[in-house]
Amino acid sequence: MKIILNIWRQRNAKSAGKMARYEVADASEHMSFLEMLDVLNEELTRKGEDPVTFEHDCREGICGCCGFMIDGVPHGPQRGTTVCQLHMRHYKNGDELWLEPFRAKAFPVLKDLMVDRSAFDRVIASGGFISVNTGSAPDGNALPVVKKCSDMAMDAAACIGCGACVASCPNASASLFVSAKISHLGLLPQGQAERDRRAMRMVMKMTEEGFGYCTNAGECEAVCPKGIKIENIARMHRDYLKSAFTYREESQAGGAG
Amino acid sequence: MALNLDARIPSGPVEQKWQKAKFEMKLVNPANKRKYTVIVVGSGLAGGAAAASLGELGYNVSCFCFQDSPRRAHSIAAQGGINAAKNYQNDGDSVYRLFYDTVKGGDFRAREANVYRLAEVSVDIIDQSVAQGVPFAREYGGVLANRSFGGAQVSRTFYARGQTGQQLLLGCYQALERQVDAGRVAMFYRHEMLDLVVIDGRARGIITRDMVTGAIACHVADAVCLATGGYGNVFYLSTNAKGSNATAIWRAYKKGAGFANPCFTQIHPTCIPQSGDYQSKLTLMSESLRNDGRIWVPKTKNDTRDPNTIEETERDYYLERRYPAFGNLCPRDIASRAAKIACDEGYGVGPGGRGVYLDFSESIGRLGRNTIEERYGNLFEIYERITGEDPYSTPMRIYPAVHYTMGGLWVDYNLQSTIPGLFVLGEANFSDHGANRLGASALMQGLADGYFVIPYTMGNYLAGVKPGGVDETHSEFRGAREEVEQRTRKLLSIKGGKTVDDIHRELGKAMWEDCGMGRTAQGLEHALARIPEIREEFWQNVNVPGSGAELNQSLERAGRVADFLELGELLCRDARIREESCGGHFREEYQTEEGEALRDDANFCHAAVWEHSGEGKAPVRHVEPLSFEYVHLATRNYK
Repeated sequence: MKIILNIWRQRNAKSAGKMARYEVADASEHMSFLEMLDVLNEELTRKGEDPVTFEHDCREGICGCCGFMIDGVPHGPQRGTTVCQLHMRHYKNGDELWLEPFRAKAFPVLKDLMVDRSAFDRVIASGGFISVNTGSAPDGNALPVVKKCSDMAMDAAACIGCGACVASCPNASASLFVSAKISHLGLLPQGQAERDRRAMRMVMKMTEEGFGYCTNAGECEAVCPKGIKIENIARMHRDYLKSAFTYREESQAGGAG
Repeated sequence: MALNLDARIPSGPVEQKWQKAKFEMKLVNPANKRKYTVIVVGSGLAGGAAAASLGELGYNVSCFCFQDSPRRAHSIAAQGGINAAKNYQNDGDSVYRLFYDTVKGGDFRAREANVYRLAEVSVDIIDQSVAQGVPFAREYGGVLANRSFGGAQVSRTFYARGQTGQQLLLGCYQALERQVDAGRVAMFYRHEMLDLVVIDGRARGIITRDMVTGAIACHVADAVCLATGGYGNVFYLSTNAKGSNATAIWRAYKKGAGFANPCFTQIHPTCIPQSGDYQSKLTLMSESLRNDGRIWVPKTKNDTRDPNTIEETERDYYLERRYPAFGNLCPRDIASRAAKIACDEGYGVGPGGRGVYLDFSESIGRLGRNTIEERYGNLFEIYERITGEDPYSTPMRIYPAVHYTMGGLWVDYNLQSTIPGLFVLGEANFSDHGANRLGASALMQGLADGYFVIPYTMGNYLAGVKPGGVDETHSEFRGAREEVEQRTRKLLSIKGGKTVDDIHRELGKAMWEDCGMGRTAQGLEHALARIPEIREEFWQNVNVPGSGAELNQSLERAGRVADFLELGELLCRDARIREESCGGHFREEYQTEEGEALRDDANFCHAAVWEHSGEGKAPVRHVEPLSFEYVHLATRNYK
């Protein structure tokens, strides 16, 4: 089948970008979307043109590298699917598509369809962990975990950090991503000691990185390739509010005398 | 020049070696640790765990990954689980049994002492991961759940749905980010290591390319850890991520690190078959599916009927027939070869007859659809997305694909390569899996190396050297940097008629045909003649567009393929000389009457270690003899 692609081309973070029109003459229905772009890139290379830059790695929907907008929707039309897992059988001969990078202040475009998502790492570094040095753990079965809590923690932990939630949000909020981590760790007994501190720090960091606030638009949940639920955001807000009333940074007062 | 292949295995009974070694290791004074800089290349389970743990200890760590975040490393794609000798199920497991199974599963080509240590620290990995918040599957009583996996007769595999690798890596990544926030680890993402710098016989740093700006830079350290994964992409199509590459270990090999057993590659039996020439990678369907799925082919050749219309009596459940004791759960190498044989004989199904059925109808009937959905729901979804077929109603089609490389840089008991100060962790080294890796053991080894081995052995090394002493103005750094720049210019200047992928596909075809699941002297000779031709064409006729001073994905791929074109030849050379069949290395000339692998312990009970002896010169083969004191040499029997 023939597919017409309008793709955002931008040389680097500083230059201006624009849409460019390409045609893939012979796409097979069994190809993944990225394989279709591979075919285009091979053609461009042979013609001496600059191939389209897009991020990808595992191509099985788990690493979270890939992701761009197809006709204004992150990862394209199939629900619960990263763009590397989207297959061309969902398109028909002659379809015309518009591909753009994720757009958000906190995700500057690096080149073409590739953006810088390092803000996510910095949010995790601010508190998205349980502080336990290697070697200091008790036996794995020393602390029973209610199966339901463990399952809910797993649901939240399934986030792949692709950034689709941010790209779909009218406020470019990272609330779904941040709340998924706050929920994952906050639902487990191991995560209780730092629960207040975690919520406070991660929410502050999210704002500092230039992400917007959540206004319950719900777009994030609709486009999340891993089905992360918006109820996590409610849990984040509860933890954050509680933390705002009760949490105090560590005090050194009354130390060694 | 001879390589120093002293494995430094501690003396004493195997159960006490690691305890003894840990006690005998030298310690670095806590106040001095921050004066030492350690480079960790790679941020997967091995690299991430090492960087986090060394940071916690107080060393000054720099960690590098080529992806946009350490959380992207390919460890994330491991599905099935992680083994540990916890014996929570009371079903007869023990450290000794995990050790025994791993040595035997590796077809007696791994070092006993290393494998014992792996089994010993496996229990600590589970504790550490649980404490980090890894949401392992649980029973209703709140305790950890286990399953049997990949041919094991005890239930020792811990799992987090079908995303165990993801969850373990996120635990590791979060520990790493905690150290980044604490200022003990400097994280360099989107940086690719392009050379190793050795000064006065010691690894002292690396040369990297910033993949956004193209800047080439020197990084100086007191020791270097490579945790850069395997080289399965030498076959072009594999279950590895597109970016997985061998450049770091290959550069180290060319700087003097011995490369051990390159021909030991694992072909995974349960992958989604290839659908066309444009195919960019193969997708693994977790081995756990073999717990409830039955593998079969039609009894008639070239049978193209709808599988649901083929009667029970017309089906050949060939694994159950040939291996009644283990059936569908026999080890990976055996299951893969059996699928190949069925397809070679004309019983294969699907496009090109390159597939066998993996059928869940019996277990859905017995356990109900809900149970199967709970166990494998996400895998079934992946399958349906890729093939457009529903595995609840039609059997899956599967075919073997390149998955893991047991070979890698040679390391001693302390994970140190033949270059002092260069440590190699995880899949990048050769040490623990012999000629075949058992399911759910890769995650175990990566984390064992990173969390529990390197923190001790690195300290032992650093305690014996003075921190600092060189900087990037040293002639070795300047020379290595100049070489990297020259090579980049050369790749960009060819401007020929073929794309990097064109050539990579040709290499993959040669490797798969002549050095895949069944290898012969004749085929390997053919590959050894063909690969230099492909390499020649690459350097004459590749087209790498763009410049070096920008984000250039074609250039990144070109550098990696250039290294695969050399490594592929070494792999075939190693396979040619190893005139026996063992584990994943099956030489068709050496098989039993029943078609099983025939080892030659008299001549090949050793690790083959290759030494680079200069451009255009044949590499030199050395051996590290292996002895089996505890698990006695025997023919594997899964019947």
